Amino acid sequence: MSSTGVSLSARQIVSKIIVYAILGIGSIVILLPLQWMISTSLKPLSHVFRFPPEFFPQQVIWQNYPDALTQLPFDLYFRNTLVIVILCLIGEVLVSSVVAYAFARLRWRGRNTLFIIVLATMMLPRQVTLIPEFLIFRELGMIDTFGPLILPSFFGNPFYIFLLRQYFLTHSRELDQAAVIDGCSRFGVFWRITLPMSKPVLAAVAIFSFQFHWNDFFRPLIFLFSDDMYTLALGLRFFQGTFGTEWNSLMAVSLVVMLPLIVVFFFTQKYFIQGVVFTGYK
Amino acid sequence: MSLAFSRFRVSYQRGEVVLAWAMVSPWLVGFLLLTAFPMIASLVISFFEWNLLSPPEFIGLAHYHKLFFIDPLPMHSLKITVLFSLASIPLNIVFGLAIAMLLNTNIRGLAVFRTIYYLPAILSGVAVAILWQWIFSSDFGLLNTALRVFGIEGPAWLGSKIWVLPAFVIMRLWSVGGGMVIYLAGLQAIPTDLYEAAEIDGANWWQRVFRITLPMLSPTIFFQLITGVIFSMQIFTETFIMTDGGPANASLFYLLYLYRQAFQNFKMGYASALAWVFFVAVLLLTLILFATARFWVYYEAESAEENG
Repeated sequence: MSSTGVSLSARQIVSKIIVYAILGIGSIVILLPLQWMISTSLKPLSHVFRFPPEFFPQQVIWQNYPDALTQLPFDLYFRNTLVIVILCLIGEVLVSSVVAYAFARLRWRGRNTLFIIVLATMMLPRQVTLIPEFLIFRELGMIDTFGPLILPSFFGNPFYIFLLRQYFLTHSRELDQAAVIDGCSRFGVFWRITLPMSKPVLAAVAIFSFQFHWNDFFRPLIFLFSDDMYTLALGLRFFQGTFGTEWNSLMAVSLVVMLPLIVVFFFTQKYFIQGVVFTGYK
Repeated sequence: MSLAFSRFRVSYQRGEVVLAWAMVSPWLVGFLLLTAFPMIASLVISFFEWNLLSPPEFIGLAHYHKLFFIDPLPMHSLKITVLFSLASIPLNIVFGLAIAMLLNTNIRGLAVFRTIYYLPAILSGVAVAILWQWIFSSDFGLLNTALRVFGIEGPAWLGSKIWVLPAFVIMRLWSVGGGMVIYLAGLQAIPTDLYEAAEIDGANWWQRVFRITLPMLSPTIFFQLITGVIFSMQIFTETFIMTDGGPANASLFYLLYLYRQAFQNFKMGYASALAWVFFVAVLLLTLILFATARFWVYYEAESAEENG
């Protein structure tokens, strides 16, 4: 756009500089908390409480990380979290796309009414149903198991159903019709044509699901009690309760807990942002 | 749509209908079991005194009477939760819009800036809460250290009854990038000929923003407002980790109080009443916003009708 050959006026140059300056300062403000986190995590405890605080550690203690991580059964919590996150992800992606296909592509009576219910549940604060849900899982003997955390995902998620339906609606019907004429079943169309064509939105849903369950604290807090069932979020909370003011250790463990999410974000941000845009902007 | 298609539409094909119900059945079962039934059940439980140990005892509306007139904490926590939302949501929208508009000026490095601003939006939960607890530390925290650079002695954020709510608002502002990417996409979808026409008519920058950009983005802003209400009313993890509702209940957000009643005191009946009041409060806020929508949310087809 800027290569049209038209030279910029002095006024335009000044406004460009102002835009870059504001965006640059904003970026620093956004990144500063993370820098502060890394910097604190590498300081010796005596330097953490030094006044005035150092923005960059004068003495770098890498040993803080192994020291802090061995205070927790970190690998156990990591495995627990991973089991929950991956099973939830599989359930939510698979079931939500099956349900969304019926809403987007099949013709049946009651479709619109049920879809309005899907939209309404999207807006429902989950806490309203929490207590009976807790009692149901208690009756089923599932308290302090991963059941209450994983099972709901296999009923699909209204938000993802909505997102996938919107995407499936954009596909052309001609391809479906052609496949049906060629002898493909309707479910075959969904499985062999619609799903492979929907990789970007499936990726977005998978990432959202991963992000949500990785960060989730409320439901593990309510349903898990034994410390060998803890997720990373619960383990981190426990760690905070025990090492309340050892900020270097706390920052080290918190950063390690955030890291998988940051890594996933950097490799998949295209899908991430596409997905966000697709949900928020209609 | 072709004629053949619309005729096709009237008669449902049996195989297709059966398949459709089979495909939606997981969601339908989940909705009935984990949403519809629990909603009714929690309303019923709210009329009972029940601590899970002894059998439930019917007490009618007593919990609702207690909640509104005797126990001061539910209305206090609802008030601060609404106050927090009233501060947090508009600030996030204004900053999100401002950054999106700056990014939408044909700048270089758009992708880099977008990544940086969006990064905090993917992080949430306990780790972020612990990070911000440290940032808000009055003597050694990042925020007060930064303020000292400008000669300002910051308050004891999380230890101050006055500053604890602003602290939570500031923390939520860190993830302003979540809305920003949505506004940016909305801005990029506005046809440029609208701006060209306005420029020819001599409209200045402010007029272009208020007459074109904001009206064209208003459906997006409205959507963000609705999801913002639902999201910020449910604030829990941050207060649980950072302040545990303190000091002196100044950050006792509604869900923290509900959690305590349900899962620490095991007052299932009272907590269910709290949950229903919360549900109605969120619903009312959402309905109020929907009622205002016709005054400021611009839908092209609708306005064309009015003008025509």
